[in-house]
Amino acid sequence: MSFINYMAREINCKIVYYGPGLCGKTTNLQYIYERTNPDAKGKMISLATETERTLFFDFLPLSLGEIRGFKTRFHLYTVPGQVFYDASRKLILKGVDGVIFVADSQFERLEANQESLDNLRDNLAEQGYDLAKIPFVIQYNKRDLPNVVELDELRSTLNPAGVPDFEANARTGEGVFETLKAVSKLVIAELKKGQGG
Amino acid sequence: MANPQMVMYEEEFHQIQGVVDRLVREANAKVVFIIDKNGQLIAASGEVEEIDTTSLASLTAGNIAATGGIAKLLRENEFATQFHEGENQNIHIQLVGNRVILVVIFDAKSSLGLVRLRVRKATDELIKIFEALLNKVAEPGQDSPFAEITDDDIDSLFND
Repeated sequence: MSFINYMAREINCKIVYYGPGLCGKTTNLQYIYERTNPDAKGKMISLATETERTLFFDFLPLSLGEIRGFKTRFHLYTVPGQVFYDASRKLILKGVDGVIFVADSQFERLEANQESLDNLRDNLAEQGYDLAKIPFVIQYNKRDLPNVVELDELRSTLNPAGVPDFEANARTGEGVFETLKAVSKLVIAELKKGQGG
Repeated sequence: MANPQMVMYEEEFHQIQGVVDRLVREANAKVVFIIDKNGQLIAASGEVEEIDTTSLASLTAGNIAATGGIAKLLRENEFATQFHEGENQNIHIQLVGNRVILVVIFDAKSSLGLVRLRVRKATDELIKIFEALLNKVAEPGQDSPFAEITDDDIDSLFND
């Protein structure tokens, strides 16, 4: 849920990166962190295991500039992708304004993508959200790898509704900002529709 | 949408800031801040320039969310209070009206007993203020300042 602060003339929104384990959610955030002007970002926090797997979440606050005199701040979160961290994923989805689903394009992860997407839908529904109605975009990550599924097949499996989707290589940054911009636009467009709905 | 919009107006902000400022003094605290359960900072007072409040807000909200998850598993309604004791500093975290989180950071100049006492009083005041705020937000006629946004406004945010 976005937070409109009339006093500070700020609008704060929460965006969550979702997807199966090792799909590149944290890598997306790291790239954004590295490529953002120091004035526009806060500290990136990663609550990770000793082997650098996300344990609870990664967090990155970003400022995107002003809109109608209000500063826009986006709080980016990732969820832990590993199946057994489901309770933590549910917590991180609380109050979400927009979701980016990061799919792993490799053949052997096709089923994991599908499972994670179903899990996202279920976990949102548990909190009263409908995935079809909230700002939602999909990123097909790791397009540079040799063993990837054709884009058409990924689309028909993961994106039958035709939400905005992007090919990416989060390590090099290709598609990373495009994905973030797309969901941010949808989030702001949602604010435009009105509050308190 | 599943949840009501969190909105902060000038009048309520000053009331909340007043409570927070007073709590810093009365509890001999280093820092006091209020965040919403989603990790957004609402108000802060004390030696805030020494602290990354944005990160702290996000981590505290995560902490409260995780503790809430544990409470649910144990069929407890909630664990409304948490206290972490460090070598030099301590942190007292209080859930207020199941809606916002009141955080007090203090050192040897204060004590847990004093902090708890003052937090209890501040909590009662804050519950009233946030209830009034929520009622105000729910009133019809509170137009979104973003109703007039154009697609160009949105695009201009992303001009590299």
